[in-house]
Amino acid sequence: MVLLKGNASCQGCPHSIAFKALSYLENPIVLMPAGCSTVIAGLHPNSSLEIPCVHVPFPATPAVSYGLSTGLKKRGIKANVVAWMGDGSVDISYSLLTGSALRNDDIIVIVVDNEAYMNTGVQSSGTTFWKAKTTTSPKGKREERRDVALQMALHRVPYVATASIGYMRDFIKKVKKAGKVEGFRFIHVHCPCPPGWGFESSKTVEIARKAIQCRAWILWEYENKKFRISRISKKAKGDGLKDYLLSQARLRHLSDEDIEEIRRRIEEEWKLLEHLEKLYKEL
Amino acid sequence: MGQKKLLTGNHAIAEAVKIAKPDVIAAYPITPQTPIVEKLAEMTENGELDAEFVRVESEYAALSVILGAISAGARGFTATSSQGLLYMYEVCWWVAGSRLPMVMAIATRAIGAPWNIHGDHNDIIVLRDTGWIIGMVENAQEAFDMTLQAFKISEEVSLPFAVGLDGFQLTHTAEVVEIRDYELPKRKLLPHTIEPSSKFALNAVTSGIPKLKARHEQAKDLEKAKEIIKEVDKEFPVSYGGLVEEYKLEDADYIVVMMGGWCGDAKDAIDLLRKEGIQIGMLRLRFLRPFPTKEIEKLDGNILVVDRSNSDYRGVLGLEVSAIKNGIKNVITGFGGMELDTQDFVKIFKKFVNNEIKDVEWWYGSAER
Repeated sequence: MVLLKGNASCQGCPHSIAFKALSYLENPIVLMPAGCSTVIAGLHPNSSLEIPCVHVPFPATPAVSYGLSTGLKKRGIKANVVAWMGDGSVDISYSLLTGSALRNDDIIVIVVDNEAYMNTGVQSSGTTFWKAKTTTSPKGKREERRDVALQMALHRVPYVATASIGYMRDFIKKVKKAGKVEGFRFIHVHCPCPPGWGFESSKTVEIARKAIQCRAWILWEYENKKFRISRISKKAKGDGLKDYLLSQARLRHLSDEDIEEIRRRIEEEWKLLEHLEKLYKEL
Repeated sequence: MGQKKLLTGNHAIAEAVKIAKPDVIAAYPITPQTPIVEKLAEMTENGELDAEFVRVESEYAALSVILGAISAGARGFTATSSQGLLYMYEVCWWVAGSRLPMVMAIATRAIGAPWNIHGDHNDIIVLRDTGWIIGMVENAQEAFDMTLQAFKISEEVSLPFAVGLDGFQLTHTAEVVEIRDYELPKRKLLPHTIEPSSKFALNAVTSGIPKLKARHEQAKDLEKAKEIIKEVDKEFPVSYGGLVEEYKLEDADYIVVMMGGWCGDAKDAIDLLRKEGIQIGMLRLRFLRPFPTKEIEKLDGNILVVDRSNSDYRGVLGLEVSAIKNGIKNVITGFGGMELDTQDFVKIFKKFVNNEIKDVEWWYGSAER
C-alpha cells in the first residue's frame, strides 16, 4: 500500500487508484510538482504516502528527479526515482521533460493525466480532449492535444508506455517492467476525473474502460526499439464513442458533426499507431 | 605556501571547485560565466575531478538537477549570470527553503532589456530576499578563496551560497593565484536527506504558522552565518576581515562603501587622496547577505555608497546602508560594462569630500549623457 487511508483525494479519484502501482517498484522515491497529488499526499508534517516524497516546483520535476537519482548513485544507494506528474508535464515542464529524455536520465516519469489542470479548478491543458469544456475553454477546447508519450518514444529512450487506471493489471505490468530497466522510462496514464469531467464518482473505472473500448485512449508499449499496441487495445473494437463522450458533462455540448470529427481523428491516431507497429517491426 | 598559477577569475573558481570535489555539477552556458563550466567539464572528462557533469537544456534545469542531488546528500555546484540567474530564480527559492547547502558562482552581468553582456551588479542583487548567502569578491584570489570557503560555510548552516565576481573585469582577466592547501570536511548528512528509507515528505504543503516558522528559522540561520563566515575567514591561510574588509578606515572622516572588483581601483584613488592629506577610507562589503549591519552601524564619518545596481532612483547598496545610517550619499554608475578607472574614483571622491555630491547621483564620468 503506497497511499494510506484517510487521504484528501476526492471521491472516485483516479490518482488514488494509480498510486497503487508504485507499490510494485523496489526502493521507490516519488517526486511531484504542485497538483492534485500534492494535496492527496497531505499537509506538513503529515504524509499520506508510505514512501519518501519530495515536493518540487512545477517545471522542475524531471530534473530534480534526475539530480536525486544521480546524487544517490554517487553515494552508492539504489533507488527507483519516480517523477509523478500531471498533465502540466506536457506544458510547463515540457522543456525539462524532453531534456531529461534526451540525456536518458535514470528516472521513471509517470504522468497521471486527468486531461486538465484540476487542482486549480479545471483549466484547459495540452492534453485536454478535443472540444472539451473547461473553465478556460467554456465553449470547448479549440487547440490540438499533445501526444507526449509518442514524442518521448521518438527520443529513443528505453521504455515508453501508455496505460489506464481502468486496466490496473496492464498498468502494474508496465510499471514493473519500467522498474527493471535503467535509463529514462515514461508511462502516460489515462485518469478520468469525476468532478473535472462531470460524471458520477462511482463511474471512474467504467469511464476509463469506455475510453479504451472506443479508442479515445489507446494502450501501447515501446520497448527495445519495438512498438506494440497492447492486447487490451487490440481487442477493443472502437465502439461506443458517442456513449463515452456524452457520458461526460464536459463533452455533452457536442453536435453530431463534432462527434464525427472526433471519430475521424481517433481513426487517424489508430492508423498511425498500427503503421508504427509495422514500421518498427521492419527496423 | 600553495602552488601559484596564472588564472582568470573564472578558472580560479574552477580550481577551487576541483578541490571541493562536488559529486554533481550541472550548468548551462552564459557569458561571462561559461569558462567556469567549460573548465569543469574538461576536468571531469579527463578524470581530474570525479563528478557527474550534467549537460542540461537550461539554467532552470541546472539548478533543479542540483536541488535533487543535494537533497540526496551529494555536494553540488553550478554557475550562471544575468538572464540565466533570472531563469532559475524560482528554484533559487526552493534550494534555500529546502535548507540545503550548495555553491553557485555568479559572474555578475547586466540584465536586459536592452541587451548587454557586460558587467554590473543588477543580477546578483535579485537573490537578496531568497535566503542565500551572497558574497562578492574583489579579485581572482578572493574568488578562489571564497569559493572554497563557501562549501564549508554553506554546509555549516544548510543554506546555499552564491559567490559573485564581476563579469569580464574579474572573470576574463588573469592574475597570479595561490592554490591553497586547504581541506574541506566531507559533506555531513542532514536529518532531511532523501533516501529510499526516509520516512517523511520533504516540502509538503504548509499553511500559516509552519511557513512563518520555516522562514524565521532560515533568517535566524542566515544571521548565524555571520559568525561562521568570520570563523572560517580566521582559520583560512589568509584573512580578509569577515563580512567586510576595512581599508584605511581607522582615522577616516570620509568613508566609501562599495563591493566587487572595482574596489581595487577605488583603493588606488583612496591612496592618492591620502597623499593629499584627505582622511578617506573604504568599507568593502564582502557579503550582501547576511548584511554586515553591525559593521556599518560602527562607522563614524561621512558615508558615500557607490553602487553598480539600482532599485527605483536609488542604488541597492545605498538603500541597504541608508536603512542603518542617515544622511548618506549615493552614486550609481558602472552599468553594462561601463569602466571606471582610478581617476574616475578620484573625481567622485573629491566631489564627495568637497560636499558637492547630490544625495543620489547617477555618474556618467566624462561621457555625454
